Amino acid sequence: MTLPMETPAPAGAIAKADNSGAKTGLATPTTLISVGTVAVLITGWWMLSFYQVVSPVFLPSPLTVAASLGNLATTGFVDSTLAQHTLASLLRIFAALLASVAIGIPVGLAIASSHVGKGIFDPVVEFLRPLPPLAYLPLIIIWVGIGETSKVVVISLAMLPAIILSTVAGVKSVSRDRINAARSFGATPIQVLRHVTLPSALPSILTGIRIALGAGWSTLVAAELVAATRGLGFMIQAAAQFLVTDVVIGGILAIAVIAFLLETVARLIERRFVPWGSRL
Amino acid sequence: MSSLTFEGVSLDYGASAPVLDAINLGVRSDEFVAVIGRSGSGKTSLLNLAAGFLTPGKGRVAVDGKPVTKPDADRAVVFQDDALYPWLDARDNIAFPLRLHGVPVAERHQTADRLLLHVGLPGAGDKKIWELSGGMRQRVGIARALASEPKFLLMDEPLGALDALTRERMQSFLLGVWAESGAGVMLVTHSIEEALFLATRIIVLSPNPGRITADIPVSFGRAALDDRSAHSIKKDPAFQALHDRLTDLIHDTRTEHAA
Ligand SMILES: Nc1ncnc2c1ncn2[C@@H]1O[C@H](COP(=O)(O)OP(=O)(O)OP(=O)(O)O)[C@@H](O)[C@H]1O
Ligand SMILES: [Mg+2]
Repeated sequence: MTLPMETPAPAGAIAKADNSGAKTGLATPTTLISVGTVAVLITGWWMLSFYQVVSPVFLPSPLTVAASLGNLATTGFVDSTLAQHTLASLLRIFAALLASVAIGIPVGLAIASSHVGKGIFDPVVEFLRPLPPLAYLPLIIIWVGIGETSKVVVISLAMLPAIILSTVAGVKSVSRDRINAARSFGATPIQVLRHVTLPSALPSILTGIRIALGAGWSTLVAAELVAATRGLGFMIQAAAQFLVTDVVIGGILAIAVIAFLLETVARLIERRFVPWGSRL
Repeated sequence: MSSLTFEGVSLDYGASAPVLDAINLGVRSDEFVAVIGRSGSGKTSLLNLAAGFLTPGKGRVAVDGKPVTKPDADRAVVFQDDALYPWLDARDNIAFPLRLHGVPVAERHQTADRLLLHVGLPGAGDKKIWELSGGMRQRVGIARALASEPKFLLMDEPLGALDALTRERMQSFLLGVWAESGAGVMLVTHSIEEALFLATRIIVLSPNPGRITADIPVSFGRAALDDRSAHSIKKDPAFQALHDRLTDLIHDTRTEHAA
């Protein structure tokens, strides 16, 4: 090879550009400071409970919470273990994700590629987008009952706008040249969609899915507070009614950890499937 | 021998003034036609008509007498920004036109590897697009266009984004591609020197409305194919004289008429 190579941008530069220095897993100064912050917070929490500044009924010590998390994992709370609660929540999330991707991507394509599609779906999206999902949850319960369906429907609706809008943005930003190149090699419109438009829009769609997961997760927990017999949100709600504060805090921590893990997995998937990201 | 013809072609983008007016032009598949002209004179529009991305308001564009109504594999386009697909490696980018036509994977990879060799990138098949330099990308883009065995290669400033040194090397490369592929070439370029060095024929477009104001046969590229160095060709007094004439033509297109 005699021609000079273009050196790929260093991973650090890209990580900084999208504001997530921690994802490389390196001990950057930012990560160190963050670890310090967490340590200070936990120490502060521990001191508050150790010196009984706040009653343990309101703020159990970190150790109590850790012990109760252990308990939750083994014997469980309100008829289910932590794993079962978590699984119930995750199943709802993924069922909703599947539904909203199956609906959102075609709708996004329709909006981005035809005036008719835009005319039909734009008002729906614009109506749905600013609504807090919990505002229409009661209506959904009236329509489809209090079972799994109502929760999956609400979470799907909460996820839909992000997926639709990111699909639209992705499709609109596909370069004309990429499409025209395929056409000049004899591609049919369907082939252009399948081989050029969709893969070009994929980075944007994956970002949309990541945002949707975030929106879906917070909606899920809230929906479970209102109506469920299993799930992390339900567990917290039940514990709060009996003033079992350690389980409440343990549940909150579990929710935070899972949200973080979902985000991390989503990022890994992005890097695996769209390694070119913003480079091309 | 194939031919690409413009017969009384006019084009407007909906505005009152036409962008191209009464274009008559025939390109044979053994020709290398360079299109030059001021910015906005309609060079890209002309190429897009040939590709079938645009349809003329008046007149018609035809390949071998058959009217062009849409883009198709007999007219492959090479873009200034390579327009490669980053989700495919270099080999699959080149094999892409074959995939569209249902060629089995083993066969199309074989063709792609042959083309990679042909464009001077043996062993680069597994490279990701972002691992390639600008010049290498453009070679892949050209190999991809050749994969569908087009009758005509349509290129809009294919070397415009490259640095001067790479650009010179790619000019010789383009000459080789043209000589070996058997496809006719229509090349839009801003560089008079490039047009003179590569083309067998130079078309000058004048703006407002776009008309062909000169159609000049040249033969410097043939000399390069016969192993004369690019530098000695470009220093040739005949080369310089034509360069000056074309420069005048482009900058003063209103008063001059077809050669
Ligand atoms: N999509 C479009 N809609 C409206 N007008 C257009 C469009 N594309 C080009 N034009 C106009 O047509 C004329 C010719 O444009 P064209 O791009 O063909 O010129 P060009 O010779 O390729 O210019 P350049 O050298 O800058 O690339 C210009 O006046 C331009 O403004
Ligand atoms: Mg142009």
